[in-house]
Amino acid sequence: MRVELKNITKRFGPVIANKGVNLTIEPGEVLGLLGENGAGKSTLMNVLCGLYDPTEGEIFIDDKPVVFDGPGDAIRAGIGMVHQHFMLVPVFSVAENVVLGVEPTGALDHLDLATARAEVERLSEDYGLAVDPDAIIETLPVGVQQRVEIIKVLFRSADVLILDEPTAVLTPQEVDEFFQIVRSLCEAGKAIVFITHKLNEILEISDRISVIRRGEIVGSGDPKELTRPELAEMMVGHPVDFDVARAPYAPREVILDVADLTVLRDHGAVAIDNLSLKVRSGEIVGIAGVQGNGQSALIEALAGLRRVASGRVTFDGTDITHISPRARHRMGIAHVPEDRQRAGLIGNFTVAENMVLDTYYGPPFAKGASIDWGRVHADAARVAEEYDVRTPSVFAAAAHLSGGNQQKLVVARELSRDTRFVIAGQPTRGLDVGSIAFIHAQLMAARDEGDGLLIVSSELDEIMAVSDRILVMFKGRIVAEYAPHIAPLDKGEIGLVMAGAAA
Amino acid sequence: MNAMDKATQWRLLGRTQVEDLVIVPLFAFVAALFLGALVMAATGVDLAVIGQSYVALVKGSVGSLNAVSETLTAAAPLVLAGLGLALGFRAGLFNIGAEGQVVMGGLAAVVAGVALGDFPAIVALPGALLAGALTGAFYAGIAGWLRAVTGAHEVISTIMLNLISYRLLDYLLRTPLIQKEGRADPISKSVPDAAELPRLLTFIDANLRVHAGIFLTLAMVAVAYWLLFRSKLGFEFRAAGENAVAARFAGMNASLTIILAMAIAGALAGLAGANQTLGVLDRATPGFSAGIGFDAIAVALMGRSHPVGVLLAGLLFGALEAGGRQMQVDAGVSIDLIAIIQSLIIVFIAAPLLVKALFPWGFRREGSG
Repeated sequence: MRVELKNITKRFGPVIANKGVNLTIEPGEVLGLLGENGAGKSTLMNVLCGLYDPTEGEIFIDDKPVVFDGPGDAIRAGIGMVHQHFMLVPVFSVAENVVLGVEPTGALDHLDLATARAEVERLSEDYGLAVDPDAIIETLPVGVQQRVEIIKVLFRSADVLILDEPTAVLTPQEVDEFFQIVRSLCEAGKAIVFITHKLNEILEISDRISVIRRGEIVGSGDPKELTRPELAEMMVGHPVDFDVARAPYAPREVILDVADLTVLRDHGAVAIDNLSLKVRSGEIVGIAGVQGNGQSALIEALAGLRRVASGRVTFDGTDITHISPRARHRMGIAHVPEDRQRAGLIGNFTVAENMVLDTYYGPPFAKGASIDWGRVHADAARVAEEYDVRTPSVFAAAAHLSGGNQQKLVVARELSRDTRFVIAGQPTRGLDVGSIAFIHAQLMAARDEGDGLLIVSSELDEIMAVSDRILVMFKGRIVAEYAPHIAPLDKGEIGLVMAGAAA
Repeated sequence: MNAMDKATQWRLLGRTQVEDLVIVPLFAFVAALFLGALVMAATGVDLAVIGQSYVALVKGSVGSLNAVSETLTAAAPLVLAGLGLALGFRAGLFNIGAEGQVVMGGLAAVVAGVALGDFPAIVALPGALLAGALTGAFYAGIAGWLRAVTGAHEVISTIMLNLISYRLLDYLLRTPLIQKEGRADPISKSVPDAAELPRLLTFIDANLRVHAGIFLTLAMVAVAYWLLFRSKLGFEFRAAGENAVAARFAGMNASLTIILAMAIAGALAGLAGANQTLGVLDRATPGFSAGIGFDAIAVALMGRSHPVGVLLAGLLFGALEAGGRQMQVDAGVSIDLIAIIQSLIIVFIAAPLLVKALFPWGFRREGSG
């Protein structure tokens, strides 16, 4: 099945999300769609899978024009989408999830699960998906859950599969397995649209690449002829410097000493299990690991937001195990939260208000019980400039900034004051390459000025790019340590350890 | 997104706020008046009488000096209690307890006023007002404390505290310290002159009831504005209300914020009660709160939890109340209709999409899709 988008334009009121997009999707081919967040990738695909009507332009399937009135039509036409966030019922089995919404029924509306199970088994076999139809979703690893989503789409006889940022949740090994699956789907004649902002992956898996920027296709090409810098430049519109400049590794005294730390989750399960680590001034320690292995609890415990069940946290010789978040701030501990929308920013507050969210209470911003807003606005404007936070003014609501600028705002707030230790969770999640490079440079500058940094990220590439030492976390413990200044890093090996090989 | 798109976006945002703060309440009021007319028509009221009643509404609220005086008198406690509720809303607390705080604050003001009756007004009046504010703060603080320490939701606890306050008032009004000498029914001693909020226009007409409470009210609007938008505490309130997680991550103390926001809300509601007992009634009687604490919820919502908005909404509701009495007199329409109109305003304000559907003019067209 060949799908063609001709001259697609999509407007939301005055905002143009897609402008004159032409795209051809061929059977047996992987089309890589590369673009920054907010470039219009998702809008375009939502047009293709029937969620949005295009304002202008047409969709052709095998040279016949089609109009989709809702996602049902697109699915019937053979176009299926695997969303970034899975839409599965955790307590249902694989087969039950697969048939949800299109249940085969027998007499008296009896649910015919046997047929469904057989079909799931067949699909699983045909495409090498290795999924047990009777497994309960919540017991499955994320990578397998993703395959269940793919089976769902195949079960609805899709010939075109749209995969929206499919690798965001996977470990490096799972990515490799996933690519195998994508290739076997292609060999079976399916057409794949692979949406991503990761350059390495798109170069590895695609047969053709189209780059989208500000809603328009700005370039297309053959991955064999394109290089990373070329693609990055097309994606952001200007050349990008990938190398993080750094001074030689020269760690000083231990600034943070975590000894035998045990932390519980909200419902009492162990999140951090007797963990010990040290961070020195002037070094970046990266915590690698698949999400959900206790990294969030570690960050929260170190920031004073989660109670420590046992163990000790020492900062520069002072026991800080049980002191408040504000006391830690005052000691020079900065915290870039994992989730900027939920915990890092207040969307309806202005850029200036967000800039002083944790410094408003003292000099120079507070005078007695009042806040000196003139001072706040002047300072916020200066810091926003310095940290390249692109905003119409400091009076704009933070919610209206792009993700990259929101994150730069959080980083600016945390790093612009006197810091000695920085905790950063997923500091560049979901950001474009330009913002990533900028934030990495800021973190590196803090290190070179003598701060200790603890960076947690589920992106192994990021951890490998910035860290002086890498600790791998698995089930609440540190299971391995790597240091590039001692031995070169082996991404495959670290990936295996992340998946539990050393535990 | 390029610079021009950004500029467009910002202008539209400003437009959205205007719609939210001015156009929606305005149309909500118009729609409520219209539906109110339909309700009257449905109950068999003549078209002429309906017209007459709305004329009376205007006449009774702003048509004469006395009407304005009545409007201001009715508006003052609504604004005071509404300010408190607005502060709570901003901090993410849905405080239903203003009524109970009005009761406790009003009663405490009478008790303090009686006790301070021999002092000059410069001591007695502030003392009585302070007693009202502190008692309201304490009473609301109970709910805040329960929320902060035990997680008990403030909606439930403040509703219960309202019920307790009514019965507590009935009981206390019969205790010897408070009950008027020689009376068997529950009624408090009269507030001595020194502790009264003086009437302002008795030199023109002895019946003009507007009293110094309106200055107190205006001062409190300014204080609430400063507190909310200029002070550290208000910053914490707003942060907690907008995103409690981010506030906690920024090192703000969530429990303290909740307790203080409730206490300040209670202080303002307590002042509303004191305003009634010291300025209008000169005593406390069962049910003297007359639902001010509930009407104030509507005032705070209509005022979009902004001190100036609350002032304007309070004046409107005060005008409706004063005008409603005139409606009853002139056109014989039940004062309950005013309650219906007030309720309809709130329904419409709570459903901005409905207002936009009814009055498409004046709103920016939604983007398609």
